[in-house]
Amino acid sequence: MNFYNSSLNQISETKDFLVNSSSLKDIRTFSRNVFDKINLPQEQKDELVLAIAEAAQNIVKHGYKGVEETADRMEIKISLKEDELEIGFFDKGKAVVPGNVHHRKLDDIKPGGLGTFFIKEIMDAAVFKKDQKGWVNHLILTKKI
Amino acid sequence: MTYKVTEEGNISTVFLNGEIDMDVTEKAKEVILPLVESGKEVHINLKDVSYMDSSGISVLIESHQKALEKNTKVVVKEVSKSVLKVIMMAKLEQILNLG
Repeated sequence: MNFYNSSLNQISETKDFLVNSSSLKDIRTFSRNVFDKINLPQEQKDELVLAIAEAAQNIVKHGYKGVEETADRMEIKISLKEDELEIGFFDKGKAVVPGNVHHRKLDDIKPGGLGTFFIKEIMDAAVFKKDQKGWVNHLILTKKI
Repeated sequence: MTYKVTEEGNISTVFLNGEIDMDVTEKAKEVILPLVESGKEVHINLKDVSYMDSSGISVLIESHQKALEKNTKVVVKEVSKSVLKVIMMAKLEQILNLG
């Protein structure tokens, strides 16, 4: 269900995607379409799209590590209430142990390990919630905008 | 993502086009890494790359490191503003050869 009320500055849009790297483009398109309805500088919109794409990529890459192909879907919900942006990710991959989620040290130059760093740089908070609502993982990214 | 490769002397230039994400990184590596492994200087032109995520950044790092192994170099050319921002967020602007 999608809900948008510009006068109240409220948005709530949800969409589900096949868990596959080929969905990342669609996820960016969905995110860009939602952010087009919000009055934000383009640079900030681009950053938010990157954070969403990195979180979705983590689901594909880590939540489904070793899984060649799946029919599972992930759900992404973008909500704005006044100046509080909340982005929820639901998936049925491997259960995430929040304490094990970390990025590589930036001075340890090697491929990989940057996605989580980008999320932390761009967003105010990234929290795994216990209210999975039938899913395995529920990640919430928040940012005051 | 689409690409084009041009050759001039010992320099191969790979022009990437579009959005570079996890879905296309293998394709990008298949184009770039063999050129680096052959010992050529490789220029990666990003003027037509509108988006790059951490997977794309990993391709640049891997190419750069492979070039060091092979005593050659990879130069990242004409970086678009949006991609430069991601490179800078990763604090790699001093590590990668930005030409």
